[in-house]
Amino acid sequence: MIEVNNIKKSFGSTEVIKGISANFKPGETSLIIGSSGAGKTVFLKALVGLHNIDSGEIVYDDRQLGKMDEDERTALRTEMGMVFQGNALFDSLTIEENVSFALNMFSDMSEEEKRDRANFCLKRVNLNNVGHQFPAELSGGMQKRVAIARAISMNPKYLFCDEPNSGLDPKTAIVIDNLLQEITQEFNITTVINTHDMNSVIEIGDSIILIKDGLKAWQGTGDDILTTTNDDITDFVYSSELFKRIRRNT
Amino acid sequence: MITSWISTLGKFFIMLGRAFSKPESFKEYNKAFWRDLDHLGVDSLGIVTIISVFVGAVVTIQTAYNLNDPLIPDYYIAIATRESIILEFSPTIVSLILAGKVGSNIAGTLGSMRVTEQIDALEVMGVNPYSYLILPKIIALVFFNPILISLSMFLGIVGGYVAASFGVVAPQDFIQGLQIEFNSYYVVYALMKTVVFAFLIVSVSAYYGFFVKGGAIEVGINSTKAVVSSSVAIIVANYLLTQLLLV
Repeated sequence: MIEVNNIKKSFGSTEVIKGISANFKPGETSLIIGSSGAGKTVFLKALVGLHNIDSGEIVYDDRQLGKMDEDERTALRTEMGMVFQGNALFDSLTIEENVSFALNMFSDMSEEEKRDRANFCLKRVNLNNVGHQFPAELSGGMQKRVAIARAISMNPKYLFCDEPNSGLDPKTAIVIDNLLQEITQEFNITTVINTHDMNSVIEIGDSIILIKDGLKAWQGTGDDILTTTNDDITDFVYSSELFKRIRRNT
Repeated sequence: MITSWISTLGKFFIMLGRAFSKPESFKEYNKAFWRDLDHLGVDSLGIVTIISVFVGAVVTIQTAYNLNDPLIPDYYIAIATRESIILEFSPTIVSLILAGKVGSNIAGTLGSMRVTEQIDALEVMGVNPYSYLILPKIIALVFFNPILISLSMFLGIVGGYVAASFGVVAPQDFIQGLQIEFNSYYVVYALMKTVVFAFLIVSVSAYYGFFVKGGAIEVGINSTKAVVSSSVAIIVANYLLTQLLLV
């Protein structure tokens, strides 16, 4: 469980996050939505500690992020996995080395156990026989799956994804969405996903938060989106004719 | 302007402080060390060899041309070549060349890792990116630069000997000159300089790579800044070390 209490973050004189509170539960896929520049990525990076917040608190299962020392923060991070928008795979390492990177750094496993674990993670994201290849040799969708495999390699309690569908075709995007949802439920992970892909919102959003101008403008479930009368969410979600038709037919 | 300088220096020393912290896994850092030793050190052998041989030859020819006086013994040409190469050419000029080759490599690599969020990925995994990405590079170049520079000294003198043997100086006079008034402290002084220069090349270049903001253009700009700044740092350090160690 991740509890976020009234966090604020500014860059210079620009206040990007103006006080957001939220709870993210294990086994649920929580989606953060909002237009570009709304503050989604800053919010996600604040959650994982890549941006230090100005005020408020972020609590990971009774452990307050802001009060942790370096060792405690490192220990917490071994419980996290993150899929970056551009995948952030290490170019100079093979796929297998990418997936087993955190295992090599932090686990006491034997070489064989680490190789088995890396192969298990790659198989879990439906990738076979790519372990010896380099990231540049794979397609965008395959790289995304490697990034997910790397993120789950340490059996994370918390999984964060920044725009996991960006740059993918609709079919591959659905595969990635379903994969993230399956992994979340299978391993009881607290998953937080930044997205502006409306298909993801409708398909896999157990809990959805709309961020607008650095504030939480709406919170609800995937089903609530179809019936809500909140102007912010309807303006955002039903900005296309397709989704307006879906809403009318519901 | 002054506050910007102080802020830059502060960030630089904080970066170094974080780089010199306890590794998460000695085994992985050891792997990174050997990889960096190969990329930064062994890969520089070719350029150091070519430059040293040819500059050694040119120094010999120019010295012979300038000492073309029947009252000055020919072996003085070898003495001048030896001192030029050991005191200044190999430690300083070769380090400046390495600042261009190695410095741009480090700044470019770290800058690309920054803009593609690979450094953020390391941090989220719980790996200290300062330490993992910078410390093995510092140790690799501080260890290998003296080897490169020693090789450069040897090859520079070999180049001088080859040039001399083409009729500039009699080979036996050149060999005699190399042995006369040889002060071994000059080699120690030169190698001490190279250790400092290696540290400056890696740390300054890593700073410019690590704190890139933007995209590919900024990576290019910062790689250039890394080369210019590490070259200036080498020149200033060269003066200070010479004042401290030789005078």
